[in-house]
Amino acid sequence: MGMTLTEKILARHAGMEKVEVGQLIRCKVDVVLANDITFPPAAKEFEKIGRPVFDKDKIVLVPDHFTPNKDIKSAEMAKIMRDFARRNNIVHYYEVGRAGIEHVLLPEVGLVAPGEVIIGADSHTCTYGALGAFATGVGSTDVAAAMATGETWFKVPASIKVILTGKLPHWVGGKDVILTLIGMIGVDGARYQSLEFGGEGTASLTMADRLTIANMAVEAGAKNGIFPVDDITRRYIDGRVKKTFEVLAADPDAVYSKVIEIDLVKLEPVVAKPHLPENVCPASSLSHIAIDQVVIGSCTNGRIEDLAQAAAVLSGRSVHPNVRVIIIPGSQEVYINAIKLGYVETFLQAGAVVSTPTCGPCLGGHMGILAAGEKAVTTTNRNFRGRMGHVDSEVYLAGPAVAAASAVFGRIATPEEVLV
Amino acid sequence: MILEGNTWRYGDNVDTDVIIPARYLNTSNPAELAVHCMEDIDPGFAGKVKQGDIIVAGRNFGCGSSREHAPQAIRASGVRCVIAHSFARIFYRNAINIGLPLLEMGEAVEMIRPGDVVKVDLAAGRVENVTTGEVATAQPLPGFIQDIARAGGLINYVKEGGNE
Repeated sequence: MGMTLTEKILARHAGMEKVEVGQLIRCKVDVVLANDITFPPAAKEFEKIGRPVFDKDKIVLVPDHFTPNKDIKSAEMAKIMRDFARRNNIVHYYEVGRAGIEHVLLPEVGLVAPGEVIIGADSHTCTYGALGAFATGVGSTDVAAAMATGETWFKVPASIKVILTGKLPHWVGGKDVILTLIGMIGVDGARYQSLEFGGEGTASLTMADRLTIANMAVEAGAKNGIFPVDDITRRYIDGRVKKTFEVLAADPDAVYSKVIEIDLVKLEPVVAKPHLPENVCPASSLSHIAIDQVVIGSCTNGRIEDLAQAAAVLSGRSVHPNVRVIIIPGSQEVYINAIKLGYVETFLQAGAVVSTPTCGPCLGGHMGILAAGEKAVTTTNRNFRGRMGHVDSEVYLAGPAVAAASAVFGRIATPEEVLV
Repeated sequence: MILEGNTWRYGDNVDTDVIIPARYLNTSNPAELAVHCMEDIDPGFAGKVKQGDIIVAGRNFGCGSSREHAPQAIRASGVRCVIAHSFARIFYRNAINIGLPLLEMGEAVEMIRPGDVVKVDLAAGRVENVTTGEVATAQPLPGFIQDIARAGGLINYVKEGGNE
C-alpha cells in the first residue's frame, strides 16, 4: 500500500520505511521558526533544557507581529529574540527593515524547500506546503524543544485528497479556492488531517495562489496543506533555494480518508462572513453590507500578485469617502517591486495607506484596529469575534480583488462592478 | 490523579482569540494573561474562576492561533483540566506540552450541563457528572504523550532524557 505525500515526507524524516495513519513518530526537522510573540516563551523554556541550539543554520527568527514595535512591552519581546539571535549566532534572524511577514519572507529567500519538515510557532506555518514541504504550526514549547534537539513528535495524519480540475476564471484567485473549500467542509472539516491538493487543475495555479491556499489549511483544522512539486515549483525555487532537498511524490496507490473535487472553472469570488472562516458565500450576495475599513496584505495575500490585483482595481479610482484602506506589502522585496511597478503610487493616489510589512491589524495588533460597530473587508485569514479590534466589530474575509472593489464602493463589491 | 470541580460550560469553536485576545499578547507572564482569560466570550470568567475549576466545551476547542498563551492563561486562571467534544490540534499539543490536562470525550460531553460539578480520573479517563451521577470515559492519551503528561510537560520530558 502506497503512502500519501505527507506520509512519505514524515517517514523519511523519522528514518522509517513506512508510516501508518495514527502512528506516533519522532521526526528530524529542517527548519524551526518563531516570531516576536511566540519566541519569548520559547526562549524561557529553551534555557531550562540547558543545551546549545542544535543548528544555528536551521533556526529562523522573524519579528513581524507587533513590529515596528507598537509599545514598550512589544519592544521588550522583540529584544529577547534579537539578543538570543546574537548570543547564539543565529544566521537567519531578520531585522525590521530587512525582513517581512514570516510566511511571505521565507519562500522568497529560499529558506523552505520541497520535501522538508518545517515547524513554526505560528499557525500559518502550513503556508510552505505550497512548495511540497511538510510544514505545520506548533507552540512555543515545541519550538524550544526542537531548538535543543533538532526533532519533534507527530501523530501521522490521515490525508484528504483535494482534486482540482480546470482553471480559475478571471478575478478568482487562490483565496477564493481555499475559502470555498473551508465553506464546504467547515472549520474542523480537516481536523488533524493533511489536505493534499492534486489534479490537473493545480498546474493552472500560480505559486502565489498555492501559498494562499496552503496558508489557510489550518482554518479547516488541518495539520498541513500540501501541493505536488511541478515545473511551477521548480521555476519558483530556481535561484532562491541554495540548499539540497529531495522531491517526493505521493504513491498512485496511496490511501486517502476522503476525496473532494473542486472544478476551478465553477468558482466565483467569495467572502467569509463574521465570525468563522467557514461562513462563506458569493461576494455578489453581500452588496448591501456597507464597510468602514479594507485591509489588503497579510501572510495570506501580501504578495506582489495580490497587490497587482488591488492595483488593477484601484488604478485611476478613489477609495470611497467612508472607508479607510490599509495596504501592507508582505516583505521589503514585495514593497520595492510594488514601487517599481507603480502600484504604491496608484494606492496613494486612490487615498489608501501603504504600510511597512507587518502582521499588524490581522490579529488586532496595530496599524488599523476596528472600533465597536465597524466592519472591514480584509485579505487576512481569520474573522473570529474581536479578531481585528473591538469584540463588536466585524471582519469579512476575501481576496484582494474583492477587497479593492469594496474599497471603491464603500460596500462589499466584486471587481466586475468596478471594471464594467 | 482525581480532580473535582465546578464547571464552566462553552459551545463549539471556542477560538484562541477569545481565550486570550491578541491585544494582551505583549506579555507572556501567565498571571497577567489569566486576568484576561476568556474575556471576549465571557467577561465574567476571569473574576470568578476558582482554583480547581474545570472548563467543558463543545467541538474544536482552542481553534485558531498557535499561541501557547491560550493554555497558559487557562492554567494560570486556576483551571485544572479542560474537557471537550474535540480539540483543535495546536491547542491540544500546547496544553499537553505545558502540563495542562485535557480530555477528549466526543458526544458524551453533552452529559455535562452548565453548573454541574464534575469529577475526573485523569489516568483512567473517567469523567463523572457528580450532579447527575452520569459517568463516561474519554479518549486516553496515546503512547508517549502519556509520558509527556506524566513528566508534567515537554521540557521536563526532554530534560529527563525522554526523547533519547
